[in-house]
Amino acid sequence: MIATVGRVVSTSESKRIAAGYGFWIFLLSDIIMFACFFAGYAVLVHATNGGPDAPQLFDLDRVAVETACLLGSSFTCGLAFVASGKRRAALFYMAMAATLVLGASFLALEGAEFSSMVARNAGPTHSAFLSAFFALVGCHGIHVSIGLLWLMTMMAQVYAKGFRDDILRRILCFNLFWHALDIIWVALFTVVYLIGVTP
Amino acid sequence: MPPVDGFWGKLSWAAIPIDSPLPIVASIVVAVVIIGVLAWVAFRGHFPYLWREWITSVDHKRVGVMYVVLALVMLLRGFSDAAMMRAQQAMAMNAPGYLPPEHYDQIFSSHGTIMIFFVAMPFVIGLMNFVVPLQIGARDVAFPTLNSVSFWLTATGALLVNISLFLGEFARTGWIPYPPLSELAYSPGVGVDYYLWSLQISGVGTLLTGVNFVTTLLKGRAPGMDLMRMPMFCWTSLASSLLIIAAFPVLTATLAMLLLDRYLGFHFFTNEAGGNVMMFMNLIWAWGHPEVYILILPAFGIFSEVIATFSSKSLFGYRSMVAATLGICVLAFSVWLHHFFTMGAGANVNAVFGILSTVIAVPTGVKVFNWLFTIYGGRVRYNVPILWSIGFMVTFVIGGMTGVLLALPPVDFLMHNSLFLIAHFHNVIIGGVVFGLFAGYTYWFPKAFGFRLHEGLGKAAFWFWTVGFYLAFMPLYVLGFLGMTRRMQQYAVPAWQPWLIAAAAGAGLIAIGTGFLVAQLYYSIRHRDTLRDLTGDPWDGRTLEWSTSSPPPSYNFAVLPEVTALDAFWVSKQDLIGGSAARPVPAYAAIEIPRNSATGIICAFFASLMGFALIWHIWWLATLGVVGAVVTFVVFAWRDHADDGITADDLARRDGMDRAVRARASAPGLTS
Repeated sequence: MIATVGRVVSTSESKRIAAGYGFWIFLLSDIIMFACFFAGYAVLVHATNGGPDAPQLFDLDRVAVETACLLGSSFTCGLAFVASGKRRAALFYMAMAATLVLGASFLALEGAEFSSMVARNAGPTHSAFLSAFFALVGCHGIHVSIGLLWLMTMMAQVYAKGFRDDILRRILCFNLFWHALDIIWVALFTVVYLIGVTP
Repeated sequence: MPPVDGFWGKLSWAAIPIDSPLPIVASIVVAVVIIGVLAWVAFRGHFPYLWREWITSVDHKRVGVMYVVLALVMLLRGFSDAAMMRAQQAMAMNAPGYLPPEHYDQIFSSHGTIMIFFVAMPFVIGLMNFVVPLQIGARDVAFPTLNSVSFWLTATGALLVNISLFLGEFARTGWIPYPPLSELAYSPGVGVDYYLWSLQISGVGTLLTGVNFVTTLLKGRAPGMDLMRMPMFCWTSLASSLLIIAAFPVLTATLAMLLLDRYLGFHFFTNEAGGNVMMFMNLIWAWGHPEVYILILPAFGIFSEVIATFSSKSLFGYRSMVAATLGICVLAFSVWLHHFFTMGAGANVNAVFGILSTVIAVPTGVKVFNWLFTIYGGRVRYNVPILWSIGFMVTFVIGGMTGVLLALPPVDFLMHNSLFLIAHFHNVIIGGVVFGLFAGYTYWFPKAFGFRLHEGLGKAAFWFWTVGFYLAFMPLYVLGFLGMTRRMQQYAVPAWQPWLIAAAAGAGLIAIGTGFLVAQLYYSIRHRDTLRDLTGDPWDGRTLEWSTSSPPPSYNFAVLPEVTALDAFWVSKQDLIGGSAARPVPAYAAIEIPRNSATGIICAFFASLMGFALIWHIWWLATLGVVGAVVTFVVFAWRDHADDGITADDLARRDGMDRAVRARASAPGLTS
């Protein structure tokens, strides 16, 4: 441990604070990017070009299951974080695996929704409304996919290197990322799906 | 459109513009220069040095210098575009001139794109990189490797823009690619795609820089460096980084929507299927206006440092300066609509945005008065940095006033898209940002390299730039009143031509000024021994960067400074004069400094492949690029040693030598 003067306790602690703080700021910028896609959706939601609109397209049952998967995965992800802090490898792997399964289920359901819409001639090229819908929901989906790749990398890293300081920092950042995707999904569920099917 | 090949995508021999000699000659010259430089480097055996000390360096000072070098090189490119436009307009009265319209359109587009994204941005970020950690008493930025990645992604964007000179074309849409012109239906070529991918890739780099600097400034300051003890440049860098974090995601999202339209047939901004062009205007300017302040705020910070130092006084109204900076930071997001008053928002909306746009002149005015009061009663030393600062104050106030004029919707309806607008924004960007960057470049050069830039050549550059600026841009105000719109390849109004010839002459003077800058750099390097500064404090500085040796050691500070006041270094110098004989030898402790990493350059290599492949629809290569970049990151994540240690004894030895050299150089009778 390296001693420095003043209020900085140790390099390891200050690095953890900086990593979490910096990643939070990155997430804020990511949320601003989502805000643009939300704004785009709000502007274009009625530009259906004579094609299907939101109430005709959305299946709330499927979306409810998607939501349950994602919110549940946040719980298991939090569990994995706690396990990593206590250095309990078995619990960490199990919780991460559960997160992986739930996240993948979410993606599979979203994929099914997308392909059924395209099959009904309601793909993103059909109208500005559908362009905005696919871009917004798809952007979230891409984030979840990246999250899953990251998740598997973290499992492999813990397996290869153990609960080292730098790896714990990355697990912290991964957790923040995964929970932020939940926050975005809550907004997405409300703005796109719930308001969409409300007459 | 040529058929799309499975392997080569849209790329074919037809992509090389054989029929237009200018870009071909230009790219041959560029190629010869690059090959020449590489050959010289290889011949002299400098590659290992470059690789070890610069390309893979994660030291914020090295990264900062590389940013500035990139900006200066691209400045030459962007300026030659400007000179070509001035020459064309000077001769194109009832005549075609020498640039055909489709080529002229590419030149004004690439001029704007290069000057904003690959000159002003890297120059600003380069100086932030070099200065901020030194000023707050830190050993590096919060995330050094990420910082290197940011730089190399910016370089990737610049590379792609330059490739467009030789392969294919650049956008003909202007530096802000308004749809529907920029949609596939009206711009089927690769020009807009070059624009979009180079900006997306460099934009990621910029965003990560913003994250890095907010974290550095808020979490990495030396003990005792409270927020209200931070030098002004740090405050403006913080405001600028906050703006980057809030604004650049908007640019990314907007350009992503345009990319989806162009690549996958989406309908965000198309004429058909319900697309909404006005959404593009609103989104792009919600980034575009804050971008102006991202550039100008750090320049304001540079002027604050330079004016205080060369007036030998502390900055007048420090607290009001901080408030004004943060006020501008917030207001920057509330004025975007003034970029399109004429696009049908209606009188009431225009009135609101017009008033907000004039209000932003208030904090700026506060700053100008603070600088004036700093100079007032000071013992001013007229070195090159303060010449740029005084030139800035005069010029920028004129640009600000024409800006307030344009902020009034009724005036804007008369002047929008005329050369009056062009004159206005060059007035604030050259007179504000560029002058600030030159001031900062001259001011911090001795800190970076240990020797000063030649004073006389710097003064010559200043005078040619300033006089050239007025001669080049004041006629454009007149031309705006005479009704000349921007981006004209030729015209038929005889009354315009004399003013355009005057403007071309002004560009000529600026070219001479630029020549003096190059000469100054060359001369100063050749005569570095006579210009050497061993004190580390050539300007009698006030802030912590001057308390280190020049150039500073890789760890910046052997022992982190304890800050007790604003103008920390000045105060410590006064304490020495006041009594205690010499600086006490500190208690050294072992430190760690981040290890070099090739992650940045390798990542940029794959990002370049990806960008190029996406522009030309070469899908297998794009996939390779993405996978390569991801693998690079995973490999980076697998390394076991992120830092190199320096032991306390080693540190004591190295710092002792530094201190001895500086003490000898600062001894009375030896200072120049």
